[in-house]
Amino acid sequence: MKIRVKFTKEGPIRFVGHLDTMRYFQKAVRRADLPAAFSGGFSPHMIMSFASPLGVGIESIGEYFDMELKDSLPAHEIMDRLNRVMTDGVRILSVFQVEDGKAGTAMSLVAAADYLVSFREGKEPPAGWQEKIGPFLSQEEILIIKETKKGEKQVDIRPFIYSFEEREGSLFMKLASASSNFTRPEAVCASFFRFLGSEPLPFTFFIKRLEIYANKGTDESPVFASLESLGQPDGIF
Amino acid sequence: MRNLALSDEILLSVDKAARYIGGEVNSIMKDPGTVDIRFAMCFPDVYEIGMSNLGMMILYDMFNARKDVWCERVFSPWSDLDQLMRQQKIPLFALESQEPVRNFDFLGITLGYEMCYTNVLQVLDLSGIPLIAKDRKEGPFVIGGGACAYNPEPLADFFDLFYIGEGETVYDELFDLYKEWKDQGLSREEFLYRASRVPGIYVPSLYKVTYAEDGTIGSFHPVREGVPEKVEKQLVISMDKGYHRIQAPVVPFIKATQDRVTLEIQRGCIRGCRFCQAGMIYRPTRERKVEELMSSAMEMLKNTGHEEISLSSLSSSDYTDLPRLVQFLIDECRERCINISLPSLRIDAFALDVMSKVQDVKKSSLTFAPEAGSQRLRDVINKGLTEEVILRGASDAFHGGWNRVKLYFMLGLPTETEEDIKGIAHLSEKIAETYYDEIPKSERQGKIQITVSTSFFVPKPFTPFQWAPMYREEDFIEKARITKNEIRSQKNQKCIRYNWHEPDVTILEGFLARGDRRCGKVILSAYKKGALYDAWTENFRFPLWKEAMAENDIDLDFYTIRERRKDEILPWDFIDAGVRREFLWREWERALSCQVTPNCRAACQGCGARRYETGVCFE
Ligand code: SF4
Repeated sequence: MKIRVKFTKEGPIRFVGHLDTMRYFQKAVRRADLPAAFSGGFSPHMIMSFASPLGVGIESIGEYFDMELKDSLPAHEIMDRLNRVMTDGVRILSVFQVEDGKAGTAMSLVAAADYLVSFREGKEPPAGWQEKIGPFLSQEEILIIKETKKGEKQVDIRPFIYSFEEREGSLFMKLASASSNFTRPEAVCASFFRFLGSEPLPFTFFIKRLEIYANKGTDESPVFASLESLGQPDGIF
Repeated sequence: MRNLALSDEILLSVDKAARYIGGEVNSIMKDPGTVDIRFAMCFPDVYEIGMSNLGMMILYDMFNARKDVWCERVFSPWSDLDQLMRQQKIPLFALESQEPVRNFDFLGITLGYEMCYTNVLQVLDLSGIPLIAKDRKEGPFVIGGGACAYNPEPLADFFDLFYIGEGETVYDELFDLYKEWKDQGLSREEFLYRASRVPGIYVPSLYKVTYAEDGTIGSFHPVREGVPEKVEKQLVISMDKGYHRIQAPVVPFIKATQDRVTLEIQRGCIRGCRFCQAGMIYRPTRERKVEELMSSAMEMLKNTGHEEISLSSLSSSDYTDLPRLVQFLIDECRERCINISLPSLRIDAFALDVMSKVQDVKKSSLTFAPEAGSQRLRDVINKGLTEEVILRGASDAFHGGWNRVKLYFMLGLPTETEEDIKGIAHLSEKIAETYYDEIPKSERQGKIQITVSTSFFVPKPFTPFQWAPMYREEDFIEKARITKNEIRSQKNQKCIRYNWHEPDVTILEGFLARGDRRCGKVILSAYKKGALYDAWTENFRFPLWKEAMAENDIDLDFYTIRERRKDEILPWDFIDAGVRREFLWREWERALSCQVTPNCRAACQGCGARRYETGVCFE
């Protein structure tokens, strides 16, 4: 049975990188004594895959991984067992059963993500920035320099900004997050600062990911559904 | 949510920020208002190394079992953070509470190896604690322990006290004494005086050293009545009752060097190799009960979620119930997909059988540690491993499918000749020939791969070689050259890889290992010149140390290449480590005449450790 686990990563543990977060959960699953499925061979590993890596220093209340279990267990029990072995700042928010097989892996589903970006003290954008959001978004194109393996490349990220608005002094945004069009919230914010005629200082942005979505519509008219909403609710299995 | 001592800006600019945030699974949080003693437990190296130290983690767990103590962890900040902390005047903090170390009651520092001494000064310095103990008017008492505390003299200036022996035994007494002292509001000197009377505690400021004209120690005595002449090492007498069993080891977020459950199966070693300090200072050998180990293993695996377990001991093969323990682990771990790692196994039929069950034969290698190239020299060091045994083990292993062999040797052992050195190459060649002679071409899994590694020998306190001369840097290089050339002239030389390191670190290790109080000035100067993380080859700068020696009028050769006289007062003689000096001297003489000494189980040698009334001496 394949399950999808939604979790938070807040507080000091935001400084634990992606690979170490994976290691953290592999050990947590063992502590929780879940019947994890393993790959074969002399050093078997747990069959587990994370939706989207989270950068060091970024918080989240909407992270996901999928994993394979050998036996069925009620989702609430999986959630309870995991929550009992978590450390500060990591909470399991939901557990759902999802379709078996490679096609539906969390990672391949990712199409967009929500972020809330706040500004560290003393590093706020120039006053009146709220009024500039409209004009910023009305630009024909928003060009940023992207570093690729082959060198630097100019990309227009305007099509990848699905929403961008003020929320209680912070910026809320929904950004394209598939592997082909992954858009970093820092990059969007930095280009907003430049649009305001200012250059962000280092470490200006405090970022929190809120949710990760799959696209249930088409490329032209996307319909975003959170990854957890694709699972089967508890009680069915 | 816990507050962090470091700002986001700093944590996002340094490598591996997770080293500094604490909050790991099983780390222990307490309300500071409910405890009487705040203890900062430090391993003076980077987090990943320090978190792999079993001794420190046992004490951490044990201290925290006391309601009135909160013990937290401290490690050396890596060089990137070190710089930022100095620039921005950020005091060093403990991981759990993130509060400055200088507000604690104790700073305990584990001394695992000599090359961490400059890091000890870094930890004091960043904490804002005066480097020199006698300049401290307030702040934590700095206490040292661990293997290097068996010769604490080079560090005597920097520590208020040392703990000699295994930590489990008298800390309780020390804590009670501290609380009493704090309540009475007495002077620091008074606490140290009282502490010096606790068995195993050494307070360097309460002892005076004078030197003879030839530079050796003239006298070494306590300066105050009631302070013991000899400091007696402490050890866990009963491994059932006195041993502190960790139930839930801390699980680091980042990968520590030992990213696994470490199960300590016994303390000490029966073998009596003459170069080995651990084999002498941890006498007598004491085993833990196998039932206890089985349940402890399962408990720690469950509480950590580690995917690997490793047995820890100086010589696992000598553990009486090893077959039962290993079979149990194999059965339990297979089901749970947990790896088993079995270091320090002597290669024999049992070991090969076990290894073939727990690892992939094609990918793993056999490890032999003959330590010396010739039988003569192996007799000198009392390493009871013969060529015959090695070749038989290798042959069995080749039949079992192995074709990688690792060999470990030391260069510069006492009485070593060119022939002994060349023996390293010859033994390696014989192993290669065994492979080609015994395994038919059709069954070979490719070429045999032999890796020979040599280290340079350092005489250590409380070993029969504590009187022995060391070699000079250029002699060591010549020895490595001879080894290399001889290996290169063997028929199967293409299958043999040879590794060796620069000898300068070894020379410094030798200097510090047998140093006296006067060496403290050198450590201080070297640190001030920028020496730090000397255990990390890429950071080690010997020229700084040489300058420091010259400035302080310290002659390196006096400490390294000089053979000590029988009647010389050695800097560590005031410590009673269990093994008697007469036994060590007898062993030194037997070494010089190539006589082997049987191990503790074969025949007790009356080393002195019997008076602890435990372990192998009473089997
Ligand atoms: S007293 Fe005898 S048995 Fe005990 S440690 Fe010493 S040599 Fe070994």
